[in-house]
Amino acid sequence: MTELEAGRAERLAPASGSAAFQRYRDVLIALIAFAVLACLPLLSGSKALLDFVIRCSAYGLFATSLNLLVGYTGLTSFGHGMFFGLGAYSFGLIMQRLGVPIPVAFVATLAITAVIAAAIGAICVRLKEIYFAFVTLAFQMLIHSMILSWASFTGGDQGLRGGIPRPVFLGIDLANHVHLYVASCALLILGLLAMRQIAQSPFGYTLRMIRDNAARASFLGIDVWRAKLTVFVLAALFASMGGMVMALFVSGAYPEFAYWTISGEGIFINMLGGVSTFLGPMVGTVLLLLLNDTVTRFTEYHGIVLGVVILFFALGLRKGLLDFVAEWFAHRRDAVEGR
Amino acid sequence: MTVSAVFVSFSAPYQAHDNESASVDLDALAGCLSSSACLVTQTTSGLIIGMLLFLVAVGLTLIFGVLKVVNFSHGAFYMFGAYFAMTAYHLTESFALAMLAGAAGTAILGLIFERVFMSRVYGADVLMQLLVCYAFVLIFDDVVRIIWGPEFKSMGMPSAFQVMPLFIAGGVVPPYYLLLIGVALVVAIVLGIGLSRSRIGKVVRAAAHNPGMVSALGINTGLIYGGVFALGGMLAGLAGALAAPVRSLTPGMGFSVLIESFIVTVIGGMGSILGALIGALLLGLIRSFGSLGFPLFTEGLMYLFMVIVLVSKPTGLFGKEAA
Repeated sequence: MTELEAGRAERLAPASGSAAFQRYRDVLIALIAFAVLACLPLLSGSKALLDFVIRCSAYGLFATSLNLLVGYTGLTSFGHGMFFGLGAYSFGLIMQRLGVPIPVAFVATLAITAVIAAAIGAICVRLKEIYFAFVTLAFQMLIHSMILSWASFTGGDQGLRGGIPRPVFLGIDLANHVHLYVASCALLILGLLAMRQIAQSPFGYTLRMIRDNAARASFLGIDVWRAKLTVFVLAALFASMGGMVMALFVSGAYPEFAYWTISGEGIFINMLGGVSTFLGPMVGTVLLLLLNDTVTRFTEYHGIVLGVVILFFALGLRKGLLDFVAEWFAHRRDAVEGR
Repeated sequence: MTVSAVFVSFSAPYQAHDNESASVDLDALAGCLSSSACLVTQTTSGLIIGMLLFLVAVGLTLIFGVLKVVNFSHGAFYMFGAYFAMTAYHLTESFALAMLAGAAGTAILGLIFERVFMSRVYGADVLMQLLVCYAFVLIFDDVVRIIWGPEFKSMGMPSAFQVMPLFIAGGVVPPYYLLLIGVALVVAIVLGIGLSRSRIGKVVRAAAHNPGMVSALGINTGLIYGGVFALGGMLAGLAGALAAPVRSLTPGMGFSVLIESFIVTVIGGMGSILGALIGALLLGLIRSFGSLGFPLFTEGLMYLFMVIVLVSKPTGLFGKEAA
């Protein structure tokens, strides 16, 4: 799947304004989004709503980082969830064992993730297509088995219990629900903004070229292996961030966080939202969580409902929701312009 | 546990274990390797794990080889095979009919699944195909839950096999295990010869190689695709039916089998029948002997093995270089 069909590759829009303008526009959108999200607790006292947004932050970071691999680079990772679990476990363990301030644990977790991702990535990105998918899946399950079997350190199948201590730092008290909510939103927005920068940078366009034609990229003097490894590590960092948000939210870490189904959900979220737009995975995250929450409320057989919805997207739309909307707008614009 | 509902879709097959037991027990492994009784018992248990895996994996590898589709819902056919066999056995009390029901039922299911759904996503993104299969994993698990209920079921050992176990070099070998190994071997031989020698086998291989040309020669490729999918489903169903007397039945039982048969096909090489056989046997032996030496890391051993094979030979032990 190195070559996506032409229809799915995003249109290279004619440069409207300078790159600097684009960057300011992204920052502006991010600031507005953050302001809206931060005002939410003032408008509604619903704890369930805030919980929902926190979960969306965790999964949104994870799913969008996976899109850096799947959508932008054409690397279909089936094991991306390992970094979600790794983030949750490293963060939880550091907080429980060392009792350092939260930002220190945060940075330390990112450093650990980067080292492990670089080691695993160096092996994985040599492989192509379906073999890349399988070897990442194998590493995911390897890490999952290690978490299960190293019970004295990780708590085994019971997970990290006893809660993660959340000391107050600079007046931010993450044990407070609203503080945790605002912090999660901030992490989400910052993470999305950073990933957007990566996607729009020359490096991001290098990744697209590798996806569309790796051989040509190589002829142009690009070190394909190094570029793939770089994006593998970068994506792992953001997935790890998502894992940390999740660990803070549930105040623990469970082996399910590192189980391969997390990667499966990530792929599914990407397909649901669409991989050809930057915000597709975010839309997919909200859709899937909404769907899960409503369906589980009405029926115990939510697998059937979820399955039928997936079939509708896969066989009916044949693309993600945001892809569909984007194409529909493009068609309409063409029609209006009389083309 | 406040884990999001996202996790509800699968119940991970964790083995219950106490935290006190050592995770590495090389003494037990060495002790077993030096005792012929233990060696025989562990080898046969490894062989039946391997043979069941082979039956599932060979369908997976056939479907991939011919249709170029990774059938992610293959575990569901294994599950349906087991449930069909159990129901038929409880209705008729006949072991042969139970096996037939398991195999034939899943063959029909496979044919319908391929013709109605999978055939619509050929040539589409691999992700699309996976998504369709993923949807059916969810749907099939719930269908089983609705029809047979969520609790553990068991078929029970047929009376014909409730006889004294055989003793080989001091090791206990239930006769049913021999039947299981025999059936799997017959399937392996028939498939191997059928695919390389018979006319249908040649047509199937031609269709795998160049479907457009085969179609132009007046052969209905849709029929071949449906047939291969039905055959793959049937083999998985047969494995489920054979496993039903010795395993407990539960919705989602196909899942761990699916993951393991993926490992088998990847180790053996996608599309290779011999590879599936060797890979399945290796994995079965790793499981049965690994559970002695590394009781908590048996699964980890399998994945480690897969990583090593993939890194040293990405196409698997018997896979052909990608064209």
